[in-house]
Amino acid sequence: MNAIELEDVWKFYGDFPALRKLDLAVPEGACLALLGRNGAGKTTLLRVLAGLMRAGRGSVRVLGADPRNPEVRARLGVLGHGVALYDDLSAFENLALFARLYGLEDASRRARQWLEKVGLGASAGSLVREFSRGMRQRLAIARAFLHDPELLLLDEPFTALDDRAADTLQELLREALARRRTIVLSTHHLKEALERATHAALLVHGRLAFFGERSRRMLEDPGWLYREFGEAA
Amino acid sequence: MRVKLIVGCCIAAAVLLARNLYVMLLELPDEVAQGPIFRIIFFHVPAAWTAFAGFVAAAVASALYLVRRDLRYDAFAVAVTEVGLAFAAANLVTGMIWARIIWGIWWTWDARLTSMLVCWLLYAGYLMLRHAVEEPGQRARIAAVFSLLACVDVPIVFFSIRWWRTQHPQPVVWGGGSMDPAYWSMLFLNWIPLLLLGLAMAAIRIGQERRQRELEALRRLAYSL
Amino acid sequence: MTAPVQTGTGTRLRRAAAGPASFLRATLAIAAKDLRSEFRTKEALNASLAFSVVILLLFSFAFDPTVEQTRALAGGLLWLVFAFAGALILNRSFARELPNDCLDALVASPVPAPALYLGKTLGNWVLLMLVELASLAVFGIFYNAAWTRRLGALVGVVALGTWALSVVGTLFSALTVNLRLRELMLPLLVYPVLIPVLLGAIQLSGPLAMGEPLAEEAGAWLRLLVGFDVIFTALALALSESALVG
Repeated sequence: MNAIELEDVWKFYGDFPALRKLDLAVPEGACLALLGRNGAGKTTLLRVLAGLMRAGRGSVRVLGADPRNPEVRARLGVLGHGVALYDDLSAFENLALFARLYGLEDASRRARQWLEKVGLGASAGSLVREFSRGMRQRLAIARAFLHDPELLLLDEPFTALDDRAADTLQELLREALARRRTIVLSTHHLKEALERATHAALLVHGRLAFFGERSRRMLEDPGWLYREFGEAA
Repeated sequence: MRVKLIVGCCIAAAVLLARNLYVMLLELPDEVAQGPIFRIIFFHVPAAWTAFAGFVAAAVASALYLVRRDLRYDAFAVAVTEVGLAFAAANLVTGMIWARIIWGIWWTWDARLTSMLVCWLLYAGYLMLRHAVEEPGQRARIAAVFSLLACVDVPIVFFSIRWWRTQHPQPVVWGGGSMDPAYWSMLFLNWIPLLLLGLAMAAIRIGQERRQRELEALRRLAYSL
Repeated sequence: MTAPVQTGTGTRLRRAAAGPASFLRATLAIAAKDLRSEFRTKEALNASLAFSVVILLLFSFAFDPTVEQTRALAGGLLWLVFAFAGALILNRSFARELPNDCLDALVASPVPAPALYLGKTLGNWVLLMLVELASLAVFGIFYNAAWTRRLGALVGVVALGTWALSVVGTLFSALTVNLRLRELMLPLLVYPVLIPVLLGAIQLSGPLAMGEPLAEEAGAWLRLLVGFDVIFTALALALSESALVG
């Protein structure tokens, strides 16, 4: 069973193809490192997978169905560039809101549990606007994970994280993988991403230049993928 | 193909217009009460019909865009909306000229005139909305939603304004609406060249939209390299 | 560093089944969220209320109306105030979602786009009603109007007109949220669409705000208001997915 299946997927901005003829099958339980330069289409692909954008052409199957299907989105965890938190709500209110939106029945308990888990139990009642950057980041991570998603879509998750938030995220990712969750994460941090990844995909100008299992060679020489399949090749 | 269509429409429109003008000016008699200015109705009314045809076509194309997400529908929608606006403007201006001669004033808050003005403003808003969006897909999507709303709104606007006006004193436009059959047939006959003209204008605009899209795509490509 | 807390494996995740109940729950959660953060800062509420008081004041200076003139103008004055002051609230509605990319998180959540849209509409409706009732009180004082004499009917009419304002305004707030000139575009687009509603609401609110009974033909205007509300609510719900998802 594949968590993600793309067939002949294109996404256009006007007539400009941002994604070109993507064919991709990510098996359940995989951790896919989505690589590529700025503007190669990583964010666009993640947004299509998260149901934030419709593909222009082709078939997108996420957890077996179209990502605009609410049942599918209930099982997705999405972490984008912004923290997606409301400054005028407290940490607890933010998490409880999203727990409710994800249809969890014990939303309040769930929210408290996760505040403890990311080390924000003591600040549960404080407004997010009073939080430090690191605290916001940990809260954002909790928001993305609190409904125990089967597929995690993370756009540059480690960029700009402070040490503690990065540790929290690493720990959660490890835990998720141990429980056969599927993870797709786009990144610039080649080495870190490849250490965790089971698969790697490289986007070049919206095309899938490489997709396959992560090999020893990538670990030893993270730049190899870019040299071999990147623009120059 | 497109060029042939445009040229064909223009020639047909010109021939028909020449013929209609001849009949209108030299064969049809002056209207008893209004005199020669009455003839403006042969442009005034068909212009309104052409405008509405354009707006309805735009709504259909917009709905198709939202379903199929093909930018060709968007190009069609914007082209016919602009043509519709041009003919709506023609309707307003001819109406004002007529009002100046018959009533001695340029503008009156007559139900039909007011409704057409609101309609014009609605679709002018559509064009402004388009100007404010950069990305072609987003622009098409937002504009399509607006076009559908506007199209549903227009009949309600006409209906409500007529209602509103009947509660106030209203200048009489033409009595019981009894018009000579010769006038009626000219009204329809003169609609044909206006429609053909609108078609040609829309075809030209669709071509421009296509080239515009190609340009934008090339620009993006250039930046991405 | 992070304590191993019992997630997933320990506690079974209980999800509510999808259906009308969960649609309603999500709608109310969104509305409650908007109202809660607005009541906390009161940014839009204060601005909108201050704006409506200023217009009521300026109008009095500009026209210095007699009681008779006020009677004739009341409906128009009130709805111009409601429309202008309302634009401030409607503009904030989706702008509130922009910082931190909150809108993405909402659209990516399993909440169906119509529920998301309806929740925001409901929140806006409550805020608009609050501002409008406060403006009515100010109007009553400034212009010596007996607006409380037919309070029930007046509130009913205002509620119907305001629903139209928030249905159309919220949809356009969603459409224009990412545009430059957002603050200008919204009123420019919304007011022409709302002309039928404004006409009807003005005809009906005028006498009621002065404490007078409705005229014979009022039933027709009432039907127009209800019809507009029904048609545009249905249309906006149908278009909400297109309005929110790129």
